[in-house]
Amino acid sequence: MNTPLSLRALSETEAAALPALLAKAEHLAGAVLLGAHGRRRAGTGDDFWQYRPAQIGDSRRAIDYRRSAMGDTEFVREREWQIAQSVMLWVDQGASMRFTSSDALPQKIGRARVLGLALAILLNRGGERVGLTGTALPPRSGRPQILSLAQMFCRDDTAEYAPPEHRGMIPHARAVFISDFMGDIDGVRTALTKAADRGVRGVLCHVLDPSEEAFPFTGRTIFQSMGGTLSHETLKANDLKDRYLARLAERKAELQSLCALTGWQYGVHHTDSAAQAGLLWLYGALDARGVAA
Amino acid sequence: MMVLGGVGFTAPWLLLALGALPILWLLLRAVPPAPVKRRFPGVALLLGLKDDETVSDRTPWWLLLLRMLAVAAIIVGLAGPVLNPEAEQAEGNGPLLFVLDGSWAGATRWPQQQEAIEAQLTRASRLGRTVGFMTLTRPEKPVFQSADVWRNRLAGLAPAPWQPSTAMLQSARAALVDAGDFDTMWFSDTLAYEGRDALLDTLQQRGTVEAYQTAVNVLAILPATYEDGAVQLRVLRAAAGPARDVVIQAQGRDPAGNGRILASVTATFEEGDTQAQTALVLPSELRARITRFDIAGQRSAGASTLSDDGLRRREVALISARENREGLELLSPLHYIEQALAPTADLIDGSLGDVLPANPDVIVLADIATLSEAEANPLTDWIESGGLLIRFAGPRIAASDISRIDEDPLMPVRLRAGGRSVGGAMSWGEPKALSAFSNGSPFFGLGIPDDVTVSAQVVAQPDPTLATRVIASLSDGTPLVTRKNVGQGQIVLFHVTATAEWSTLPLSGLFVEMLERLAVSSSAASTTPDALEGTTWIPRRVLDGFGTLTDAGALAGVDGPLLVEAPTGPMLPPGLYTSGDRTFARNVLTADTELSRTVWPADVPVRGLAVAPEQPVAGWLLSLAILLLLADVVVSLSLSGRLLNRSNAAATALLAMLMFGAPADAQTPDEEAFALSATSELVLAHVITGDAQVDEIALAGLKGLGDTLFFRTSVEPAPPLGVNLETDELAFFPMLYWPVTPRQPTPSAEAYAQLNSYLRSGGMILFDTRDADTASFGASSPNGRKLQELAAPLDIPALEPLPGDHVITRTFYLLQDFPGRHNSRGVWVEAADPNAVQIDGIPFRDLNDGVTPVVIGGNDWAAAWAVNAGGEPLLPVGRGYSGERQREIAYRFGINLVMHVLTGNYKSDQVHVPALLDRLGQ
Repeated sequence: MNTPLSLRALSETEAAALPALLAKAEHLAGAVLLGAHGRRRAGTGDDFWQYRPAQIGDSRRAIDYRRSAMGDTEFVREREWQIAQSVMLWVDQGASMRFTSSDALPQKIGRARVLGLALAILLNRGGERVGLTGTALPPRSGRPQILSLAQMFCRDDTAEYAPPEHRGMIPHARAVFISDFMGDIDGVRTALTKAADRGVRGVLCHVLDPSEEAFPFTGRTIFQSMGGTLSHETLKANDLKDRYLARLAERKAELQSLCALTGWQYGVHHTDSAAQAGLLWLYGALDARGVAA
Repeated sequence: MMVLGGVGFTAPWLLLALGALPILWLLLRAVPPAPVKRRFPGVALLLGLKDDETVSDRTPWWLLLLRMLAVAAIIVGLAGPVLNPEAEQAEGNGPLLFVLDGSWAGATRWPQQQEAIEAQLTRASRLGRTVGFMTLTRPEKPVFQSADVWRNRLAGLAPAPWQPSTAMLQSARAALVDAGDFDTMWFSDTLAYEGRDALLDTLQQRGTVEAYQTAVNVLAILPATYEDGAVQLRVLRAAAGPARDVVIQAQGRDPAGNGRILASVTATFEEGDTQAQTALVLPSELRARITRFDIAGQRSAGASTLSDDGLRRREVALISARENREGLELLSPLHYIEQALAPTADLIDGSLGDVLPANPDVIVLADIATLSEAEANPLTDWIESGGLLIRFAGPRIAASDISRIDEDPLMPVRLRAGGRSVGGAMSWGEPKALSAFSNGSPFFGLGIPDDVTVSAQVVAQPDPTLATRVIASLSDGTPLVTRKNVGQGQIVLFHVTATAEWSTLPLSGLFVEMLERLAVSSSAASTTPDALEGTTWIPRRVLDGFGTLTDAGALAGVDGPLLVEAPTGPMLPPGLYTSGDRTFARNVLTADTELSRTVWPADVPVRGLAVAPEQPVAGWLLSLAILLLLADVVVSLSLSGRLLNRSNAAATALLAMLMFGAPADAQTPDEEAFALSATSELVLAHVITGDAQVDEIALAGLKGLGDTLFFRTSVEPAPPLGVNLETDELAFFPMLYWPVTPRQPTPSAEAYAQLNSYLRSGGMILFDTRDADTASFGASSPNGRKLQELAAPLDIPALEPLPGDHVITRTFYLLQDFPGRHNSRGVWVEAADPNAVQIDGIPFRDLNDGVTPVVIGGNDWAAAWAVNAGGEPLLPVGRGYSGERQREIAYRFGINLVMHVLTGNYKSDQVHVPALLDRLGQ
């Protein structure tokens, strides 16, 4: 399995996926920046820290043209919140995420990775330190961190339902969990309680496929999990619909109450809606909790 | 065979299996559908859920019904059902005689009659009867032979274009005298004719007679006549019945000489009438080309009538004395006649001696007083043989002594000296108007316009014969037009000029109508038997029973009177006959023909011709069963949710194709995918040059430009495409980037046609020679030469170097330079309107024209724009910061270009001048 040849081939395929993911995420992040541009209106003066002359190495984007236009020197506007905050991501890489109900929709895992990475790019651009929960990739700032994140996101997990990684949480940092939360709820509860203990607040993004919300199945059916370890047979799938939906609602309610207890934000994202909407919500949710402020 | 409710079954016992259907119903209900395996992450939430009942979904009743129907169809189909099982007919033995009317009246239904005869022959053959045939239109002694022999000859029977005559019936009876006893089947054409009853008696003495006759009403058309300015058409039917419309088609040759339908008209039979009449008004030019009239939908000689000289276009010779008056066309004596006759007649010019041998129908002499002996004699002969001479008066006739003392043979009346002038400057009285035409005049019925006045004329001498010769006169009774008959022809004199000098008559429409009347009445071929006495008419083309014209071959000529009077028959088939130059159409029907329907005596059983053949329907039922089962497959799949499953989609599509045939839409999926990808979003495209590296850089460059557009503007292009000029549709792309390489193939003529239509419909091509314009598009650079070669067939307007006030310089960014990887100034666009002037104080001219169809340069823009997959610049531009600046300007040029393509001259609008002035700091 781990012969140099197969390792090379594996790396090549992963590397091939990497730019696409990066490009998608960059694309998404670029679109959001346009919208966020209006934040520099008069009245938000408490964000402002100072103008300083532009130096070599400053990106052209950082130049404040309104200030620079008053004289011959180009100024960069620095904001107070540029003192970095740490944000830790956890994106569910479990097998259950590799599901899509139709060719036209992305897999849940694809959407989750794009959302996570785009958020990371946005935060990184804002000067935050971004990393993964656990010990694999502690939060750092800078573009190389984005590449490492992308690399990490390209690794599939073989577990059927992966529990949230809750180790290595930095006290008073921010965390973002993106998953379908189909697995055991206890893992989530443990992670959130632990986070709350350390003063970590954050966001739960519940990614669902539309068919998981609608349960459009009829007839005699054997349902199997993506890894094939679980299965359930029914003679009349349409009879199960109501009870399934009730359980799903129950799961959502449970997650929501957990969030309310620990001071987290909870949101549902469907893969048939635009990724931008999800990203905006994620960014806004972090923003509202004072992370980006 | 067992017959149940009109349907016969070859294996009726199989029908008992239908009784097993209820058992099948119960069985099918009990079997549940097979389970579907489905991947579903939500299974974790399902674990532990129990089904309410252990019974699976029952198959829905309508699906069961579908299956039952399929099984029932199979059972019934295997039982061998037969529609129209042959009803029993009285059997007979001994010889059987088939008597056929065989006239044109049965031609339309001939194929059905043939089928009926064949069915009877088959039956006779089965019963072992010998069969004889007798066609009444061509009676011969019947020969009784085996039915199979006759069946081979059946196709040779054809209807004759005439009715059985009394003589034919007599010979038929004579032929039957020693034929012994036989039964008869009489296939009637439904038309009654004389002598039928006698023959029927003879036949009934020999054996039983059965008649076969359709219920179809025979239609026939009478010869067309020309009256009251229209072609009169009359249609007959054998039996009165409900109201009915019949379409009559006028067949003829179009100007190219091909036979076609020139006109069609509808005749309506009123309820209870056997005759319908209609008139067809046609321009005479068209009328003269008609060769025959047919009743649409009928195929018999009686339903068509041939036309002859009666409808032909006339030849008119125009002769005047003063041919040498050049230049005064409106004063030419013949001008108005030419204008009047040109649309309706063939005009012949020339001297009298020249035109007479051409034997025109009409000769017009305009103000010609005297004719030499050598001219007058042949002219007289021509008139006597049916010619129409029309003379117009004029100053010459008024001044001459012609017809003064004695009546000139070529003048209808004697004339007074000098003529008269009314209403002129030197005379008393008003110009005279015309009086209404009298009853005997050929002009009778024409309306006289008020503005027709006569101010000068030649005046007829009172004579005993004058009153009979006047056909038009003035309001004071003075003759205006006189006419006399000479032999078969006639001479007409208009007592005024053919010009507008003496009267306003030639200016009016009345003049044309009068000429029309005269020319029409000049159809010299009088067709009374007397007139034809002594002539011999040779058949040229004859009609067969179906109404088809065939060559007459060696048929003998016919005496004139006989041609008109004798009934048609083998010696006188209907068709076209000629004698000399005259053509006469002998039609099946004559003006006094009447049709009536055969009435059979009560003791003769009459059958219809319609034969409904036995029709086994087992195949249809089994096909139905298969279709039902296929439908069952689809329905079952969709019920169990597997129809739209992705893995099954292909199989389902295949099944659908099997069931409903291949989809009619032949557009290939490739083309469709291309069109979809190119049109669902804005797509930048480059022309595929065939040089892999150039194409790669062009694509990467457009990607870079697209990304820049995405980040900076509201233009959000999809990933770029390469376009193959030969195969791809260009219309989807607002702009094409065309890098020029010396070795790229020149597009085909079709591709150029597409490119030109692309350019004309608002597309833009950016040509890039990628050589920094070192040659200024001279012939010295290979790229420049290639560009000239490529662009030569393109529809490109005049070009000029991009002026400083071109709209591209300000569509998004304000630009002065347009660098790519190179930074040369030579960028060419469509030349501005040379009339556009710069107004003081405004930095650019008012150039409200469209998008330039081409931009030509050599700065290798794609290389400057190109980015790799990660968004990093692909190729270096310049050095250091100034290089990056150049790349930035290149991007800005690209953005401006795309904006120009998408927004046109929007930024050229003067509305933006203040804002732009502001930006420019002026």
